[in-house]
Order: sequence, then structure tokens, then C-alpha cells
Amino acid sequence: MCECCGNGQKDIYLPQMATITKHRMLNGTEFYMHLELDSGKELGHTPGQFVEVSIAGLGEAPISISSSPTQKGFELVVRNVGSLTKAIHKLTAGQKVGIRGPFGSVYPVELAKGRDLVFICGGIGLVPQRSFIRYVLDNRKDYGKVTVLVGTKCYDMRLFREELAMWQERKDMTLMETVDESHDCWDGNVGVVTTLIPKIESDLPKSLVLVCGPPVMYKFVLMALSEAEAPAKNIYVNLERRMKCGVGKCGHCQINNLYVCQDGPVFRWSDLTAVPEAI
Amino acid sequence: MSVSKLNKQQFGQFVDAILAAGRKVVGVVAKNDRFVFNTLKSAKDLRLDYDVTILSPRKYVLPQVEPLLTFEVGGDAKSVKQNEPMILLGIHPYDLIAINQMDELFSEGEYDTHYMDRRKNITLVACDVAKASKNVFASSMETAVADKGYDILITDIGDAYLLDAATEKGQALMAYAKGAAAATAEDLKKRNAIQEANKTGLNKHKLNCKPSYLPKLMETAYNHPVWEEKARLCYSCGSCNQVCPTCYCFDVQDRVNWDLKTGTRVRCWDGCLLENFATVAGNHNFRKDRSARFRHRLYRKAKYVPEKIGGQIACVGCGRCVTACTADIANPVTVYNRLMEERTIG
Repeated sequence: MCECCGNGQKDIYLPQMATITKHRMLNGTEFYMHLELDSGKELGHTPGQFVEVSIAGLGEAPISISSSPTQKGFELVVRNVGSLTKAIHKLTAGQKVGIRGPFGSVYPVELAKGRDLVFICGGIGLVPQRSFIRYVLDNRKDYGKVTVLVGTKCYDMRLFREELAMWQERKDMTLMETVDESHDCWDGNVGVVTTLIPKIESDLPKSLVLVCGPPVMYKFVLMALSEAEAPAKNIYVNLERRMKCGVGKCGHCQINNLYVCQDGPVFRWSDLTAVPEAI
Repeated sequence: MSVSKLNKQQFGQFVDAILAAGRKVVGVVAKNDRFVFNTLKSAKDLRLDYDVTILSPRKYVLPQVEPLLTFEVGGDAKSVKQNEPMILLGIHPYDLIAINQMDELFSEGEYDTHYMDRRKNITLVACDVAKASKNVFASSMETAVADKGYDILITDIGDAYLLDAATEKGQALMAYAKGAAAATAEDLKKRNAIQEANKTGLNKHKLNCKPSYLPKLMETAYNHPVWEEKARLCYSCGSCNQVCPTCYCFDVQDRVNWDLKTGTRVRCWDGCLLENFATVAGNHNFRKDRSARFRHRLYRKAKYVPEKIGGQIACVGCGRCVTACTADIANPVTVYNRLMEERTIG
């Protein structure tokens, strides 16, 4: 029997409180925060999932979980785009937000064992991908070659720069980065993330490919992957939609018959090729 | 269970006795030359001879605005319930079937306590249709009569009402019925004749296939020109969604009280025809074309929702969207029949 109602059923809309333990700006628009649930329990997520974050009075929004379940607490990255996210940007350590979830489908953490993995991240698509990347790095011996492609619109918007620098140094993974627009401080690749795909050294037809980025990116990345003969059944995409309730009721996140909040956000691309609203 | 008979005077006394006992009754009453579900004050206001109500009784099982939580701004939240016991009196079979479908949708998967707790406190008193509305097509949708899902079913057999109490809730309500007689074989024959007539007679728009064929029909209809042709005239006003007894999409919003310290998180009706229904932060609209939104509604009714509730078609043929649509494009039968005529397989 739970305390919120008398019939033993949980109120699926009632958030639990979580406290911010660390926070910082990752760039001009992205706010990082590390949180711990006030219950003292772990969130219990699997890479790929999201939570509904709320500040009472301002509303609730779906936010990808950026941390690996192998670490204590959990991390979120929030872009300043509206009244709720603007208020989240003003929060400091010790302050609280409401959390519901974790919700949604997960990356194939088990199926991926022993396989070469290629992560293709566009912009804030790095945020949810990082959950699985860090999980893989924390269980490194379980997985094959790890390749991470990161494309960012401009140099100033790069996320997790210190972490990317550490990944760059690691001998057990390959990081390739590009920015869309050239910049005085940037001497790396210039061009969209698809320009990195021909440089992947893993055997693409046999690798698992994980893709997350802005809506416009998928079509081009999937075309490039198809040319590189990566089979659709080995590709996973992590999709964004308006997930208002998170529990498959409100209807906002539907892509045709699928509910992104429950059937997704992580989909096997071969399951979506006949779903016209997907990409 | 047995069927009771009350003459019309006794039936009025029955309703007034329920009201006198302090029970909340929502019934069908006249509003100018149309009808609405509203709180009933007296049996004399009840109009079981109605054709159709402007809005369906959905507004009582899933209110337009419903509190989910109360909160302190920036702080903690508590669950709130809006589940006042209520008798919904005079629901036509098609609306009853819509409520039964919604019960499945809110209890399957993640169990929605807000909906279900309210629903358990509602007694559904249905009534057979006495007069066809101008756009009803319930006969086509096989929803013109209901043989389950009600607590009591009322049928007007001319000089009396027959009351079929099918559940414990319904039987408990029958305690207010004084002077009830058991329905005779002759009475039941009359009831049967009315129901049989409704099975074919509530059909102002005739669907040219069995409703059970619709999911299959939709499999090859996705790129048909009808979506664009119809939606060219669409105002994206969402009227079809608002009047629909089976639409249940909702938004969740925080409303802060005048003290600026406390507030309520509410669920309110939304509509998939509205322009920003699928818009996310950053202004990306995942269903920005009117034709895609128009198509989505008819796919939900004929394919997507049926997949969640064992094949039941989520259009019950009430005809309200046909009446409400300013551009005269919302009629599902027109679209489905067109797809039938020009179908490519099966």
C-alpha cells in the first residue's frame, strides 16, 4: 500500500524529489547537474532511458539521463529553451527538482557484449549516448572496439570537453570529433558528422551502431551507414519527441502507432524502416 | 439478472428519490434546441428522448481540466483526487462503449489511479437511443446497442421504461425504484424490437465495410491523396478532437495560485489536430503538416488505438465530429469509404 492513494496503486504522475549535488555550464546553453534521490535509493536506470524533470509551478520536461548506472547518483544535461529549463539553469547545489522515471526503452547493453560499437553523436545527442559510452568504459573488457564520433555545430558548443580530451587519450577507444563551422581555436575536422563515417576503422557491417542527434541528422547518417553497408538491424537510434506523460497515455510522443516514451526512445532501426513518421 | 419495469411517473419518482438521497446525478438536459450532460436537479429536467449531446459524457470520466497534484512552487507535490461519486444518467450505447474503451486504455500498461479511482465511483446508467441524431452512424460502427459495460440500461418502451440492472452498483441503485414490476415477455419483445431497429436505423452515414476491416484497410492507405485533399480545408481547430467521445490525449500544465506560493498540476484535454501538438522545445514540430495531423486522427481511430484494446475500433459513430467540423471534412465514414473504393489490396 503506498501513501499517495488508498488502493495500493502508485500515482504515476507524482514525482519524487532529488537534490542537486554538483552543477556547471558545459557551454553557453547546456547546464549539467548531478543529482541524488532524496529517498537515498539509486534511480535504477539502464543507458538510453530518460526522466521527467519538474519544478513545481513551471512544469515538467523529458530529459535524457547522461550518466552510467555504474556510478552513484545520476546526471542530466538541460538546454535553456523555455521557462522550465531557464529556471533549472538557475539552480544550485542543495536545491531540488522533481523526478519521475526512469522511463522508456534501453540500449542493447547485453546484446552489445563482445561486439564492436560505433557511437554517432550530433550536438546534444552526445548526452544520452554518454550514458552507454561510460557504461561500456566501466565494463571495458565486455565489449569490442569502441569508436565515438562527435559532431558539434560550432567549436563553442562542444560538450564535456575535459571528458572528450580524456577519451582522446585512451588507447582502448577511438574518438573522432568534427565541428560544422571552422574556428580559429579548432584544428580538427570541419564538416558534419557524416564526414567522419568513412574514417571508421571498425568493421561497420558487423558493428553495433548507436545514433543520437538532432532530428535533421538521422536521415543523412542513416544514408551514410547504408552506403557503408551497416545493416539496419545493427543500428539503434535514440529519438526525441514531446513526451508529456512518460507512461504511454497522453499521445504526444506517438510516431504512428509507437509511443516513444515506452516503445522508445531507443529503437532498432530495422523496426522503424516501415514507420513513416520516425525519421 | 431480471429486468424491471417502471411506468413514466414511477421513473420520475425513482430519479427524484436518488436526488433526494443527496446522490450526485449527471443527466441529459436540454440546452436551447440541443442537449448536454449536466448536473441534474430534478427528474423533470431529464431528457431521455434526446438525439445526441453536444459533448460526450467523457467530460465526467476525463474532465477537461483535472487536478493531478497540488504543490508549493519550487517545492514538494502531493497527489490529489477528483473522484466524487456520481451517477451518469442517460448515456447512449456508443458513448458507453467509448467509456469502456477508455477504461481499458487507462488501466492497461501503467495504471492511471486518477482516472481509475474516479471511474470506480461512477455509476453508468445507459439508455437506448430513442431518436437518431442528424449525423449518427453508430449502426455502421456496430455500437448502436450495448449488451455490457453498463450498470443499468434503460429502454423507453412507450408507456414505461425497462431497467436492466447488470451489476451490483446498478442493483444498489434500484433500491430507490418504488413500485417496480418485473418486465413481461411482451415488454422484453418491445425492447428487443427497439434495439434491433437501432442496429440498422442509426445510420445517417453508411460505412461500406465492417468496422473490423478498418485496421486492414489502413495498412495500404498511408500515402493516399485523400489526406491532403481533405486537410487542405482544415483549420487545425481541434473541434473534432474536443467533441470526440474516444479522444483522450491530454496535456499536463502547472497552474500557480494567486498567492504565487502554491498551485496545481492539472491534466487538460489536448487534440492531435492542433498545430503544436507534437512540437518540442526548440520549436521543432514533428507533425507540422495539416494532412499528417488529419491522417493521424483517423489512423488512431481505425488502427493505432484498436491495436491497444483488442481490435475495438476507436470511432463509435456518434457523428459529433461531422456536426462540429467547420470545414466539413471530419466525417470518418467519407474518408474510410473513399479508401475502400480506391484500395489497392484485399
